[in-house]
Amino acid sequence: MSFVMGCAPRRKCQVIEQRLPLAPARAGRFTGLGRMLVGFALLGVFAIVSLPSPAAVIETEALSDPALVARYRHLIDEYRCPKCQNQNLAESDSPISKDLRSEIRRMLEEGASDAEISEFLVARYGEFILYRPAFHSGTYVLWLAPLAFVALGALILVAVVKRRRRSQAPGLQAEEREQLQALLGRAAQADQLDKPQ
Amino acid sequence: MVPGCRAAVSDAVTRLKLFVPLLAFAVLAPLLYWGLGRDPGAMPTALKGKPIPAFTLPSLTTPDAQLDQALFAGQVSLLNVWATWCPSCRIEHPYLMHLAEQGVPVFGLNYKDEGEPARRWLKDLGNPYREVIFDASGRLGLDLGVFGAPETYLVDSRGIVRARHVGVLDERVWQKEFAALYQSLQNPEER
Amino acid sequence: MLAEVGHFALILALCLAGIQAVLPLAGTYSRRRLWVAAARPLVSGQFVFVAISFVILALLFIGDDFSVSYVAANSNSQLPTHYKLSAVWGAHEGSLLLWSLVLAGWSLAVALCSRSLPVELVARILSVLACISVGFYLLLLLTSNPFERLLPIAPVDGGDLNPLLQDFGLIVHPPMLYMGYVGFSVPFAFAIAALLAGRMDSAWARWARPWTNAAWAFLTLGIALGSWWAYYELGWGGWWFWDPVENASFMPWLTGTALVHSLAVAEKRGLFRSWTLLLAILTFSLSLLGTFLVRSGILTSVHAFAADPTRGAFILIFLAMVVGGSLLLFALRGPVIYRQAAFAPISREAFLLANNVLLVSACGAVFVGTLYPLLADAMNWGKISVGPPYFNLMFVPLALTALLLMAPGSTLRWKQHAGALLQRPFMVLTVAAGVSSIIWLLWLGYEIHLVPVLAVALGLWVFLVSVWDVAQKTSSVRGRWVGIRRLRGSYYGMQLAHVGVAVAVIGVAMTSYYNEQKDLRLAPGESVVVGHYRFEFTGLEQVRGPNYIAHQGSFSISREGAPVALLQPEKRFYSVAGQVMTEAAIDAGLWRDLYVALGERLDDGASWTLRIYIKPFVRWIWLGALLMATGGCVAMLDKRYSKLAVSRNSVQAPSSEKLEVTAPEPRDGAGLPGRG
Repeated sequence: MSFVMGCAPRRKCQVIEQRLPLAPARAGRFTGLGRMLVGFALLGVFAIVSLPSPAAVIETEALSDPALVARYRHLIDEYRCPKCQNQNLAESDSPISKDLRSEIRRMLEEGASDAEISEFLVARYGEFILYRPAFHSGTYVLWLAPLAFVALGALILVAVVKRRRRSQAPGLQAEEREQLQALLGRAAQADQLDKPQ
Repeated sequence: MVPGCRAAVSDAVTRLKLFVPLLAFAVLAPLLYWGLGRDPGAMPTALKGKPIPAFTLPSLTTPDAQLDQALFAGQVSLLNVWATWCPSCRIEHPYLMHLAEQGVPVFGLNYKDEGEPARRWLKDLGNPYREVIFDASGRLGLDLGVFGAPETYLVDSRGIVRARHVGVLDERVWQKEFAALYQSLQNPEER
Repeated sequence: MLAEVGHFALILALCLAGIQAVLPLAGTYSRRRLWVAAARPLVSGQFVFVAISFVILALLFIGDDFSVSYVAANSNSQLPTHYKLSAVWGAHEGSLLLWSLVLAGWSLAVALCSRSLPVELVARILSVLACISVGFYLLLLLTSNPFERLLPIAPVDGGDLNPLLQDFGLIVHPPMLYMGYVGFSVPFAFAIAALLAGRMDSAWARWARPWTNAAWAFLTLGIALGSWWAYYELGWGGWWFWDPVENASFMPWLTGTALVHSLAVAEKRGLFRSWTLLLAILTFSLSLLGTFLVRSGILTSVHAFAADPTRGAFILIFLAMVVGGSLLLFALRGPVIYRQAAFAPISREAFLLANNVLLVSACGAVFVGTLYPLLADAMNWGKISVGPPYFNLMFVPLALTALLLMAPGSTLRWKQHAGALLQRPFMVLTVAAGVSSIIWLLWLGYEIHLVPVLAVALGLWVFLVSVWDVAQKTSSVRGRWVGIRRLRGSYYGMQLAHVGVAVAVIGVAMTSYYNEQKDLRLAPGESVVVGHYRFEFTGLEQVRGPNYIAHQGSFSISREGAPVALLQPEKRFYSVAGQVMTEAAIDAGLWRDLYVALGERLDDGASWTLRIYIKPFVRWIWLGALLMATGGCVAMLDKRYSKLAVSRNSVQAPSSEKLEVTAPEPRDGAGLPGRG
C-alpha cells in the first residue's frame, strides 16, 4: 500500500494524517486533499456539484482598478488549480492556488496582458492549467467535434425533410391504417429476408 | 423486379447504418479500459526538457552564500522540494539519506519555510543534501511549477529537467520512475 | 448477525434476479406459459429481499454498529439520526445498494402496472431489467459489499459522515437522481424487448412513453436538487460547474429529453422508429457510463469515489456487455423499413426532428468535452483540461437554438402547418417578446448584453406562445370548461414543461450576467452597501450543534432603511471529521437571493472576511426545473395511457398488430387545429 502524499498546506497535511487510520483498507491512491475527502467519506453520490474544500475562498486584497478586478475575476475562473481534483483558481483554497492568484494580481498590476499571464502559467504548469484549451493539433478534435455533430445533424435533418416532403401526400386516417397494415406485412416479410439462411 | 432489387439494396444500406452506434462504442470501450490503468492526477512537469529556471537564492546552511542554477551543471542530480511543515517529507527523509549514501547527488529546495526550524530538521534527522536552496518566498518553486511538498526532480548534467515525481520518493518510485533514466544519463556514451 | 442477514438477503435477491433474467425470456421462446408467468412473482421476491437488505443497512446505521466497516467509515454515534439514515447512501457501497433497490422498485412498478400489456412482452421486459439487476448485485457482492465486517477489532466509534454531506440535500438528491437514472432502464428494457420480439410499432412507443416521462421528470428533479444543494451548501453560490460527474447526469438528461420528444413522433406518426429505439438504448447506456465514470476514478472530479480499478474493471465489463449487446441487437434487428408518411418542412415532425438533432449534438459536445482529457492522454496529445469556458461556448448556442424552435414547434400541427407561423397573434407575440425583454431588462436597471436579451426574449416568447396556444385550444362554443377538459394531459404536460424551460433559461441568463459579488473584510458593528442593500454586521457568537461548534455571525440587511432580512452565516468546526465548514446564509426570493458567507477571522481578532452575493432570479432555475418535472408527471398521467389499459382488458391475448388497429391515431389536443 503506497500513498502519494502531496502535502501542500500545513493544515491539509494534518487532515491527511488524521484521516488515515479511519479507513486503511480502502486507501488506494490519493493525490491530494480533494481525493482524500472524496476517497474516504465522500460521495457515494452522483452528487451534482460540490467543492471538496469546505472553507470559502474569500479575498479582500484589492486591485487598483475596477477594470482589473473584472479581468482578474474572469481569469481566475479560466485557470485550473494544478493540484486539485477539478476546481478553478477562484474556488480552490489550496496554497498553490493562493500563490497563483497573487501572482496573477501582481502581473495584472504590472500591466501584463491576458495572453502573457496565460503564457506564464502554461510555461510553469503546462496546458493542464487552461480550462479553455488552446486550439492546436492536440485539440482539433475537441473543438471541431461539436461543430461536426451539428453539421452532420443538419445534413440528416435536411435529407430527411426532403425525402419526407417527396414521399406520398398524407392520407386520411382510414387510409393510413390500411397502409400501416400493409407495411406491417412488409415488415414481417423483411424480417424473414433479414434472417440468415 | 428492378424496383424490388433497389429496395433490397437500400434496406441493406440502412442496415449497415444501424451498425454505426455499435462501431462508435467499439472505439470508446478500449479507451475506457485504457483509462482504468491511468492516474488522472499524474502530471508530467511542464519543464521536462527545459533547463532549471534561473535563480539567485541564499543557501539554507550558509545563509551568506548565494546559489544559482550553475549548481546543477556537471552531474546528474536530484532536486528535492521539502519543508518542515510537510509531514510526508519526514516520511521521505530516510530514503533521501539512503540515496545520498549510495552516492546520488541530492540538492534540496527548502520551500516556503523558515530558516531556523529547517536547519534544526537537518541537524536532527541528518542532511542528505549537497546544498539546500532556501526559497522562503516560494518564487523558485513557482517557476519550477511546484504543487507542494514533497516533489523530486531529476536534473541532468547540463541542468536540464528530465523527470519529476510528485509525492513521497521511496524505493518503488525510484525504481519505477528514476533509476533507469538516472543510469542512462550517467553514461551518455552508452545510449 | 443483522449484517449477515442483510448480506444473505442480497444474495437471495441476486438468485431471484438470475432466475428472472433467464426463465421468463426462455419461456417466451419455448412457449411455456408457466415460465412466462413466473416473471411477476420473481420481481416481487427480488424487490422484497433487496428492500430487506436496504432496511437492514439502515438499521445498522441507526444502531451504530461500527463493526460493519461501511458504517464505521461513514457514521458516528453523535451524528443526528436523519443523517445516519441518509449516510446509508453517503458513499459507494450504500449508494450502489440504493441503485439496486430503485431498479428493483422500477421493475416491480412495471410488473404491477402492465396488466394491460401482452404477457410475453412483459416477460421480456422484466427479464431485461433482471439482467441489469444481476449485474449490480454482483458488483455489490463481489466488489463493494456494504455488510463487510471490521473484525476482529471493531472501532469504538465511526469516522463520521463528511460534513459536506450532513445536509438535507444528501437526503433527497441522490434518491431522486437515481429514480431518474435507473428509471431510464424501463424504456431501455421496452426497446430491447421490442427488438427481441421484432415488433417496433407505435404501440411500443405508446407503452414506453409514460415510463420515459416519469424517469425524465425524476431525473430533472434530481439534477435540479443537486444544483440547489450545491448552491447553498457546497458551491459558493455556483449552481453548475460542468464537472465530469455533473456531466454524467446531464448527458442522459439530454438524450432522455430527445427520447421524450421522438417517442411522441413514434407514437403519433410511426416515424423515426429506429432512431427512437436507439435513443432509448443510448439514454440508459449514458446512465451506466455515468456510473462507470464516477466509480472508476478515470476522470478527475471533485466527487468521484475512491479510485478502485477492480470496481472500475467490473463496471466496464458490465457496461460492455449491456451496451455492446444492446447495440449489436439494434444493428441486427433494428427496423429498416421506412414508413411512407410525409411531412412538410414546417410541421411538428420536422421541428421535433430538429429538436432531436440539437439535443443529441449538445449531448455529443458534453460527451467529447468530458472524455477529451482521457482521449488526449491516450493519444499522447498532452494533459488537457476541459472546463466551463468550453462547455458554455458549445452549449449556450445550441440551447438558445433549441429554445428558438420550441415556441413555434409546440403550436405546430402534424404533417404540415406552414400557416401557423404567419398567424397574426403568433407574430404579434413574437415582436412583443422581443421588445418587452429589452424594456424589462432596462427597467430592472441592467446593462444590455446580447445573450441575456436573447435568452429572456426567447423565454418570454415561449411563455407567451404557450399561454396563447392553451387559450386558443381551450376555447370552445360550449364554453371554456368544456374546452379545457377536451385537451389531454400530455398536451398540458408539454406546455407546462416548456414554460418550465423558459423560466429556467431566464433564471440562468439573469444570474450569470447580473450577479453581484463582493469579497470584503468587516468587523461587528460595521456595515457595507452592495447593490440596493445595506448589510450590517451586528454581532458574532459561538453556537454548539450536535457534532460541531460554530462561530455564527449576524447580519441585518436593509433596503432604503427598511429591514429586509436577518442572516446568520456560520463557520463550523466538526470535531470528529476534523473539518471546517462554512455555512452560508441565504435570504431567498423570487427576484433575488441575498447570500452571505463567513470566511476567516482576521489577525486583528475582530474583523472577518466575508463574501456577499446578490443573485437575481436564481430561484427561477429550480422553479423552472420543478415546472418541467411537473409537466413530465402531468403528461405521464394522461388518461389515454390508462384508457388504453381499460380497452385492452376487454380483448383476450391480443397481438401488438391488433393493438395498432384498436388504438387509432388519437385525436390529441396537441395535434388539433385551434378551434374558435
